[in-house]
Amino acid sequence: MKIVQAKDITQKVAQLCVEINTKLADDIDSTLKKEERQEPYPLARNILSVINENRNLAINARRPICQDTGMVVAFVKYGQEIMIKDGGIEQAIQEGVRQAYCQGYMRKSVVKDPLLRNENTQDNTPAIVHYQIVPGEVLQISVMAKGFGSENTSALKMLKPADGVEGVKHFVLDTIRKGAPNACAPIIAGIGIGGDFEKAALLAKEALFIPLDQHHKKPHLRALEKELLRKVNEMGIGPMGMGGQTTMLGIHVLDYPTHIAGLPVAVNICCYVDRRGTVVF
Amino acid sequence: MKKIISTPLSDEMIASLSCGDQVLISGTIYTARDAAHKRLLEDLNQNKRLPFDIKNQIVFYMGPCPAAPGEVIGPAGPTTSHRMDKYTPKLLSLGLKGMIGKGNRSLEVIESMKKYYDVYFACVGGTGTLCAKHILHSEVIAYSDLGTEAIRKIEVEDFPVFVAIDAKGNNIYESGPEKFRKYLATQNN
Ligand code: SF4
Repeated sequence: MKIVQAKDITQKVAQLCVEINTKLADDIDSTLKKEERQEPYPLARNILSVINENRNLAINARRPICQDTGMVVAFVKYGQEIMIKDGGIEQAIQEGVRQAYCQGYMRKSVVKDPLLRNENTQDNTPAIVHYQIVPGEVLQISVMAKGFGSENTSALKMLKPADGVEGVKHFVLDTIRKGAPNACAPIIAGIGIGGDFEKAALLAKEALFIPLDQHHKKPHLRALEKELLRKVNEMGIGPMGMGGQTTMLGIHVLDYPTHIAGLPVAVNICCYVDRRGTVVF
Repeated sequence: MKKIISTPLSDEMIASLSCGDQVLISGTIYTARDAAHKRLLEDLNQNKRLPFDIKNQIVFYMGPCPAAPGEVIGPAGPTTSHRMDKYTPKLLSLGLKGMIGKGNRSLEVIESMKKYYDVYFACVGGTGTLCAKHILHSEVIAYSDLGTEAIRKIEVEDFPVFVAIDAKGNNIYESGPEKFRKYLATQNN
């Protein structure tokens, strides 16, 4: 049995929220720099250089890269042999988000009622928290600050088994073609295939946590990722949709067994400001 | 080459701007995003005066982070413009001349832009800290209860944008990928 203090969770989550908003993950950072060097189209190269300049300014000022500091999504792996003292895990995480956004001068972008929209929660809570119970003494919290310019361009479709991999490709490419210019391309895409309606969506979001240089273990899905990346970058949409080679930095597929009658596919699009990070206790 | 303009906008200035141009804007501009647009239109429907004279002005689709100590404004980059499309033709008909945001616009907006001779600028999305560096002054002038979505009067200097859709209706989101392809073809010859 391992004991974790609720206040430590709060503190680490708060720290992580500020950090991910201020500094891009190293893999995204180095990919953006590489793309700036490799982009052949002057206008697109110019945009990428502005993106990289902003990145430097944000790091030096310790201020958010983007003014949309997102809605927080957390994936928790909660070991069965973990005991949390002096508080509950959910409250501890929400309090961390509250402190980060209030004390860190970040934007509060959450409205209380999705239809009335007349009241901001004032502290960017609630975060959306997903739990997975796992064996052992591990407690791992992965946090994402998800911007909605890109979230709005995401989509889910219940394909038929007969649609097969071609149907999947068609749906993914179509969603990205329509979405990338509004999603602050260069984008990163998370694809969930299989499971059921909500499982596919969850997989797609989880896929946005995977480092850009990591690829699927299954050869046919690795090949699918590679083909989709190539096809998207052949579209010529480019950074901010103004033309160019650099439309997508990376794409990850996560899959799950599914019903004999179904083929759910979810496409979660993220801008290059894919703010993600993990703390382990 | 970068073109340099200042607000308020005139038709001559707008005539000099073509799709794809890089532009630096200085002067006063106003911020308004989803909730403020909704209010502006509600005010108009109730025959109330708008909180600022929009004639020949630029509206920036932006909701900033709060200012940290010592800052004029927090990070302040563009938000996706098409969510404002429903409200835009009305504002253009009242004399609004320019918009700054990101992403494509609806056909109705583009038709109105051609009719009233207006320009739509795009700013590089995600560059909030860089944008804020070009803002010298910021003041909430209306709908302060909307928080980040309140209308702000801001003073900008050399604010970096691109002409995304010009007054003739030339649209970078339509032509950009094609121009890129043509560019590649000329490079490969
Ligand atoms: S899509 Fe991403 S980069 Fe663009 S405004 Fe939203 S959070 Fe910022």
